[in-house]
Amino acid sequence: MCTSFLGQLMTAKHNFGVAPIRAATTADTFYGALLLASGTFNASSTAYTGTVGSSTMSGEVTGTNYTAGGVAITNANAPTATNASTTAGTAYWTPSASIIYTSVTLTTAFDGVMVYNYTQGSAGNYPAVSIHTFGSQTITAGNFTLTMPTNNTSTALLRLSTT
Amino acid sequence: MLVNTIHGEMDDSLLEKREGSLDNDIEFTTWTEYWLDDVLVHRSAHVTLKTAPALFAEAAEIA
Repeated sequence: MCTSFLGQLMTAKHNFGVAPIRAATTADTFYGALLLASGTFNASSTAYTGTVGSSTMSGEVTGTNYTAGGVAITNANAPTATNASTTAGTAYWTPSASIIYTSVTLTTAFDGVMVYNYTQGSAGNYPAVSIHTFGSQTITAGNFTLTMPTNNTSTALLRLSTT
Repeated sequence: MLVNTIHGEMDDSLLEKREGSLDNDIEFTTWTEYWLDDVLVHRSAHVTLKTAPALFAEAAEIA
């Protein structure tokens, strides 16, 4: 498989089925919602099912200064596709800044973040991209900062690879 | 230094500071707590992801 194809999957270049009609060619807006440790989120999760700005989804944190749906993710990085050999390669993408929840109080333990597509979604159904877990946390009148891994073929937040 | 707490901003000299960290293959995490009379009044945390955790296959492999 062509490595360039992997990168183009991340920019909606190809359509083998039915694609949404895009209002713009610019990158979509992605959000990060914090997930309760008691929640059940995994590869079968398909969407953020709350309504951004007004109602959280089941399994999402709630608390002082936390807005339903979380916060927008800074995206100044275009996806990159790199060949590793004549038969293998990786396309990858990582947010360009830390995800920060400021001055929040989140007393129920949380241990993950769901990245989802705000632009291509609507109330109750925003397409999920990925779920990332970490050690369980609570926050009291403080900031929760989630710093991204290095944006390369082996550690980027999102990676599509051929072997 | 002023610290944001459940009681509003307080001078850190009035508080007990506790710090911790976690370092494994997935994350490097630090947290800072401030306590007042055995009550937690502030807790912040900073998680640095080292790679996409393997909850499920973020790193898809396509033959």
